[in-house]
Amino acid sequence: MAAHRCGLSLVFILIFSSLACHSSCDSLENANEDTEEKQSVSDTPREVNSDGSIAAEDLNERRGRSTDAELDRRDGTRTSEALTPAAAARDEFQEELVIRPLHSGDIYASFQFRTLWDTDFLQEGQKVSHYRLFPKSLGQVLSKFSVRELHISFTQGFWRTMQWGQPFIPSPPGAELWVWFHDTVSDVDGNWKELTNVLSGIFCASLNFIDLTNTVQPSASFKPLGLGNATDHRFLRYATLPREIVCTENLTPWKKLLPCGSKAGLAVLLKSEKLFHSSFHSQAVHIRPVCQDEQCTSKAWELRQTLNVVFDLYTAGQGKKEWSLFKMFSRTLTEACPLATSSKVYVDITDNPEGELFELSPATPLLSQAVVLGDRRTYSVFDLTRAETFGQLRSLNLLLRWKGDGGEMLRPLLHAERYVAGFGLQTGEIHTVIYNNHPYRAFPVLLMDSVPWYLQLYIHTLTVTSKSRDNKPSYIHYQPAKDRHRPHLLEMLIQLPPHSMTEVTVQFERALLKWTEYTPDPNHGFYVGSSVVSALVPSMVAMNTNFTQDQPLFSSFVPVKEESSYFVRVYTEPLLVNLPTPDFSMPYNVICLTCTVVAVGYGSFYNLLTRTFQVDEPSLPLAKRLANLIRRIRGVPLLT
Amino acid sequence: MPEKQRGRYAALAIAAVVIVVGIPLWWKTTETYRAWLPFSEISELDSLQLQLSVDIEVVFSRGTLTPEQQKKFPLSHVNEKEHQVDAKTGLRYKYETRYRTATIMEEDALNQPTAAEADLSLHMLSESSCGSVVVYVIPESSTLLPEVRFRAFVYFYILKSLLKLIMLIPAVYFQDVKVYVGQRRTALLRSPPFKTSWNLKEVLSNLDVEVEQVVSTMSFGHQDIVAALSNRVRMTKVTKESMADSMRAIKSSPGYEITFSLLNPDPKSHSLHWDIEGAVQSYIQPLLNKLAPIANFSVDSQILYYAVLGVNPRFDNSVSAYTLSADSLSHVINPVEARLGSNAASSNPVLNFLLYVPDAHHSPLFIRDHSKREVPSNAFHSPRWGGIMVYNVNEMYGPEAERPVDININMAKVMGVFLAQLRLMLGVQHTHPPTGFVLQSPGSAGLADWELDRLLWSRSVENIATASTTITSLAQLLDQIGNIVINDNIAQQVSSAVTSLQSAVAELEAGNLAFALQYSREAILASERAFFDPSLLHLLYFPDDQKFAIYIPLFLPMCVPIVLSLLKIVSEAKKRRADKQAKSD
Repeated sequence: MAAHRCGLSLVFILIFSSLACHSSCDSLENANEDTEEKQSVSDTPREVNSDGSIAAEDLNERRGRSTDAELDRRDGTRTSEALTPAAAARDEFQEELVIRPLHSGDIYASFQFRTLWDTDFLQEGQKVSHYRLFPKSLGQVLSKFSVRELHISFTQGFWRTMQWGQPFIPSPPGAELWVWFHDTVSDVDGNWKELTNVLSGIFCASLNFIDLTNTVQPSASFKPLGLGNATDHRFLRYATLPREIVCTENLTPWKKLLPCGSKAGLAVLLKSEKLFHSSFHSQAVHIRPVCQDEQCTSKAWELRQTLNVVFDLYTAGQGKKEWSLFKMFSRTLTEACPLATSSKVYVDITDNPEGELFELSPATPLLSQAVVLGDRRTYSVFDLTRAETFGQLRSLNLLLRWKGDGGEMLRPLLHAERYVAGFGLQTGEIHTVIYNNHPYRAFPVLLMDSVPWYLQLYIHTLTVTSKSRDNKPSYIHYQPAKDRHRPHLLEMLIQLPPHSMTEVTVQFERALLKWTEYTPDPNHGFYVGSSVVSALVPSMVAMNTNFTQDQPLFSSFVPVKEESSYFVRVYTEPLLVNLPTPDFSMPYNVICLTCTVVAVGYGSFYNLLTRTFQVDEPSLPLAKRLANLIRRIRGVPLLT
Repeated sequence: MPEKQRGRYAALAIAAVVIVVGIPLWWKTTETYRAWLPFSEISELDSLQLQLSVDIEVVFSRGTLTPEQQKKFPLSHVNEKEHQVDAKTGLRYKYETRYRTATIMEEDALNQPTAAEADLSLHMLSESSCGSVVVYVIPESSTLLPEVRFRAFVYFYILKSLLKLIMLIPAVYFQDVKVYVGQRRTALLRSPPFKTSWNLKEVLSNLDVEVEQVVSTMSFGHQDIVAALSNRVRMTKVTKESMADSMRAIKSSPGYEITFSLLNPDPKSHSLHWDIEGAVQSYIQPLLNKLAPIANFSVDSQILYYAVLGVNPRFDNSVSAYTLSADSLSHVINPVEARLGSNAASSNPVLNFLLYVPDAHHSPLFIRDHSKREVPSNAFHSPRWGGIMVYNVNEMYGPEAERPVDININMAKVMGVFLAQLRLMLGVQHTHPPTGFVLQSPGSAGLADWELDRLLWSRSVENIATASTTITSLAQLLDQIGNIVINDNIAQQVSSAVTSLQSAVAELEAGNLAFALQYSREAILASERAFFDPSLLHLLYFPDDQKFAIYIPLFLPMCVPIVLSLLKIVSEAKKRRADKQAKSD
């Protein structure tokens, strides 16, 4: 047994050291990506002579590109350039909208706003407190709680992978928050608690319900996406609130974080009455450190705000396969955000090279190719920073008219779903089904499950079967729950055979809660957050690892480490489980009943103790008394 | 009859058991935990008698006194004044004045050509302690203050109704100077003409009026202290001005967040650059360093785009400019405030300073006061909130400049206004000095030592007043609601607040201003922590009526037989006694 475990851990170490290695490499590539983008924008060839001159070169280049912070120095109000590095800290803002017509007739719109700031929040002795494009509220949170990386998403609706394909940035229904803290933090749990409270204030969400009972520390599933190869998962916290309802009050503070607000640029389209009249809505904020230049001598902070929305053909589109910006958002575009260095709209026309499937107007000569999620896609690009995009009407209203049937969609290679089985209110069984739709390649996936403590998992009943054969996970990390303190955490590395369905089942027993622990509507049931399936899926085409070309934002979020595979995260449905619910008037009934029983017992006892018994003279029967009465009248001696 | 007697005893025994064992048991098991609080000490604090002690040193330089008069030196004299502010609050000022002649070193210092240099060299000689005042009496013929050779800039704050418009008017004094107040804790006083025939007593009493004026300028005035007590005392007889001063100043707090925001409603026309970091370093930070004993300050800044004012400025043809009238200023702040964002990382009060650059179509924009004149600083402030300055950039648009135009903001101009507003908000008050006084401008630090002392005095008193009210009202509340659980940590906070308050009062009495402030800050922190402790807000206890609704099914059937049988026993006993009496009769 020991040997076996040893072998397992060896496998695990091998796998994860490779993963860790990836993440360290990825930081470099990430850096490349950033700087290359800059370079391609500036179009100034440059040489880097030595390490020392990089910063200066970089500065020069930037000066040539735009005139932001350096003007202050040229002005002469400050004489010394070296006095404050933060004075040289620059920031830039990019915005982007991707529209993907889905085969089902629905339409997928994905907004990304990226703010990049060349500064380091966690640098010793230097307090960053002067903000330009980066929102002050988030910056203060980052520096106060020593946050290294923060990912938060609010989602309404469920992403239907089989109908819509993979989203650019996946998110589970409800709210999800995962944070990597800096490794100098001593009281991670305290910071986490305070951070969730502050974030719940910033985003007007009930994140303050995140506590130790729904927080886990995944050991392998959530690696930092930004710079740094932190592997010590003590500094990671992950929590989901599957019940969270997302609405306009969450959108408004999210929009406020944008430099242009909702006054200019792509953000004018974000009208809540349209966005929430959709079948899927997800908004997210991702903050991570990235490299400032390709040598990665200094860090920059990247804030990505993403908003994904799927408009339904029947409810939003009135059944007509005809979409326009105005129909989707009840707005058209008139200008780019003046603060943005790039502002673009991409329309996915991969399946429509000759215009046989749908018609796109106005036509644009600009095309762009990007490799996204293992597939080479072609996009029509509308650059909002150029005046000719808007035409004579001075407004851009993209029109997309389907000509025929949508046709078949390529099945996504990885797909997962989950349900709860069983009957009665005592036990049950969680089924997680993972599909590998790749025709000939097997690949490993990491499955992570976080189950609340009131479902008591029987881990010995855990079975993993693929193609009706037992499939032994090569790595299992299981942390049992503690009642009222922490949830179950189950992480497994499972090898998925090609073209197969893998089923993971585990039985559980439902716990009885204390009567104050029930939610106000306990008969609705209790939510269990989505399982997370993370995988490196073999790619059909070579992934783009050298970032020499200008890449759209949506394709550059998850760092790509190797050409042959790409990273995908799939969230399953959340579960709704009924727990045995008591009659809530019971406590009062019980009190009344016990009191009555006590009172009755006490009454008879009291009676017995205090009653005095007297010998009573037997009274005559009624007939005799009547007779005596008559006798008395008559004066005859009485009967006895 | 023994049977009946036994029943009676049984009933009595049961009643006794219920009363002796049952009721205490029930009481004990349903009791809420209430830690001990120093109620008696708190009720002592309820009536606050504050004594403020100031050390005054009056130094006579050569040529002011005759050798005859000097013989009696050194000499000291205590002067006390008492004010009863209201029934529960009393103030006593104790001025301890020591008179002496100047040392040789001090004489040398006083021989400097100008008063400013003399002030500096006197400061080098000895550092006077926080809260004390040193007055140098110099001969009437001294060249130190014959007439004003240096230009002293005196800031006047002209106050207008609720929203105060600040005007900075550099004024130059050219009148006969009696008193020069330096940057530290020293003042130079030109000696009034003494008759050589006077004895020392007459000389000193002649001097007293002037010394008193100096002290009330440099240390504290009665009005400021009463204004600082506003938390305890209902304001009735305070003058309107000091009321306005105390209302404008932000409340005492352990920390403040100062936020500078640049509002750019029109990023398409102009892209603005401000070197806020450097400006804060060179203008704001020296003042904050000086104020470090009072509170912790943190400074940050942000740029907000597309942030507009809440009112539409009116176009005035006569000056071809847009104008904001003083009446509409109160509507400006609210819409802007929604964009400012609250400070997520701390709960200290925030002071906002906004620099508003009007958009190209609405510039230039000028603020007009109530008498329809343009405000020279083009700025206004809102009490306890912050300030707004309008910065016009329209003349920087070139004739056919490419939009957006790059504009650098002149931070010296902006920070001058913000600094003045910040001083007001922090309660560094500018009393109008009596005639003949010249106040040296505070210099690069932004704050003279004696101004800091004034602030320390009023802040200490304010903190003590606030903490004592907090503690007494907390004690009152806990006393009134018997169901609240008082945990040990709350009791501890309350006791530490009480001890800090007592030490603060004692230190004020002893004249140790710095310690008094520190203790008063501790007191305020501890009292607020106790008052706002979440455990006091728990509604986990039942109201009494509901509690008894639950108890009734148990209590009623138990108590009715006991009470009835007791009544019966009593009535029987009465009857028997009556029988006995009748029999004996």
